[in-house]
Amino acid sequence: MALTNATVRETLQTRFGAGILETSEFRGDLTLTLDPQALVPVALFLREAPELQYILLSSVTGVDYYGREPRFEVVYHFTALEHGHRVALKVGANEIDPHVPSLAPMFPTANYQEREIYDMFGIIFDGHPDLQRILMPDEWDGFPQRKDQPLVYEEVAFTFNHDAIDAQKPYADK
Amino acid sequence: MAIAEPRPHISLPPVASAPVSTGAFPSGQAIAAAASEMQVPSPRQIVAANKRRIQNDPTGEGSMVLNMGPHHPSTHGVLRLAVELAGETVLQLAPDVGFLHTGIEKTMESKTYQKAVVLTDRTDYLGPMINNLSYALAVEKLLDCEIPPRAQVARVLFSELTRLNSYLVWLGTHALDLAAMSVFLYCFREREYLLDIFELVSGARMMTSYIRPGGLAYDLPAEFKPTVQRFLDIMPGHIDEYEALLTENPIWKERTVGVGTINAVDALAVGMTGANLRASGVAYDVRKLFPYSGYEQYDFKLITGTHGDTYDRYLVRIAEMREAVKIAQQALDNLPDGPYATSDRKIWPPSKEEITYSMESLIHHFKLWTEGFKPPVGDAYVAVESGRGELGCYVVSDGSNKPWRVHFRAPSLINLQALPHMAKGRIFGDLIAMIASLDPVLGEVDR
Repeated sequence: MALTNATVRETLQTRFGAGILETSEFRGDLTLTLDPQALVPVALFLREAPELQYILLSSVTGVDYYGREPRFEVVYHFTALEHGHRVALKVGANEIDPHVPSLAPMFPTANYQEREIYDMFGIIFDGHPDLQRILMPDEWDGFPQRKDQPLVYEEVAFTFNHDAIDAQKPYADK
Repeated sequence: MAIAEPRPHISLPPVASAPVSTGAFPSGQAIAAAASEMQVPSPRQIVAANKRRIQNDPTGEGSMVLNMGPHHPSTHGVLRLAVELAGETVLQLAPDVGFLHTGIEKTMESKTYQKAVVLTDRTDYLGPMINNLSYALAVEKLLDCEIPPRAQVARVLFSELTRLNSYLVWLGTHALDLAAMSVFLYCFREREYLLDIFELVSGARMMTSYIRPGGLAYDLPAEFKPTVQRFLDIMPGHIDEYEALLTENPIWKERTVGVGTINAVDALAVGMTGANLRASGVAYDVRKLFPYSGYEQYDFKLITGTHGDTYDRYLVRIAEMREAVKIAQQALDNLPDGPYATSDRKIWPPSKEEITYSMESLIHHFKLWTEGFKPPVGDAYVAVESGRGELGCYVVSDGSNKPWRVHFRAPSLINLQALPHMAKGRIFGDLIAMIASLDPVLGEVDR
């Protein structure tokens, strides 16, 4: 049986019911917005249910919908290689205390991607084996891809202005 | 130290030409079992593990942490590996990335959709046209716009030429890492030809920005067809040349057969894609499973390996180079005439001569290059098959003229997570071959 948006939505809705807050289709892509508590069971079900078999977690990424609550959203794209079908899961995280359950222990592919989201948006993934910055330096202050983080540029260092630039760095006080 | 099982006879792996729904994919349960065993350590964990090991060992000779990179030539860029070694055996390792992070995704949020294209070139700098394509397809999905056939065929043609470009650099540097200098020189000779083709159409050798949301940046020049034809005529002979140097070369086999083995289940658990995954026997190619730009009309084989080692990854990529030449030839033969970009005036500006007599055209032209177009609110994920794997582009639109969020699912970064698993228990020298055969581009890893 080939998977279609309708069958997948129906299967998941009958099984998880209230865990699925919202379903939507845009340009033929199925997206399910989940309650954070339902994320891990739904993800495991997608991969392991015999009729679904979404064996590849393609992509994990974060979005900052600044000015909206929940402010952050983590988006997961699952691919069923046998059926050639994709489904997207979305989980919200609020501004004050952004927490999302981690998929990294069950899906090693999510390990770096969740670290990247933490690095860029400051979303905490509960249960991640070692959540720390991956792209930015460890001493970096703030989360660069948040919308309230301005797009600034680093002054080019020459011999004549090197000391002045260095004095403004976060480590200058130490 | 376990030595890989000998393989008495090495031949090109059987080719899966049947459609991918053969049921050959590993089950989700098997992947779940493998995933629970798998670890992707961080450098911090490596150092901590080493400290623990030394504490229990009064001589202090149990293991040491060696920092490889970030400027080691065989790391293909600025990749640092924290390797815990016992003698010459790798106990565990962790890649440390981010040295090349330039905030491309953040910067794209402050450009209009059309202007953000130039940044996509700079992620995977060996496959600029494929990056352009993934972004263009995602934006076009948001816009829901039709692309004329000439642009579709040219996109396929350039995808394959870019794939060749990317594989040539992989082969050259892979061979160079394993001390086969001449292959590097040959590969870069052919790559030069490809860069000349890119320069011919776009004016730039590497940062092409040629494929744009809506079509192509410019029409193909008159001398394009004969130039590409000359290249496609000579290329198969050159691939034979590389194979003559390497495929049955005992030193090459010694260094690659049974090195860096990863099975299909583990590869899927860490999210490996592209030739690396296919070498492990999983018939997943985005071009076959989710065809884009008309890939379903082309006749090409889906190449898979069987052993999932460095040698199979080599064989799969070599075979894919031949397939790429085949696809490019089909595209070149069927390149239709006609417009090279969409005729939708809300997305693509009118031609120069139209502006001279039509006021509305002038307004459209002005509005498009100053304000840009505004896709409807929504998000789109599009994946293409790049030289490294599934290159996904996720674009979120808030209805304004700038993308709210652009994310690249970077296959290089995700494939790199397989390295700790592959290298565990192998000798340090093999690590060089593994990095080269995973073929990460650090520009894409860090973005």
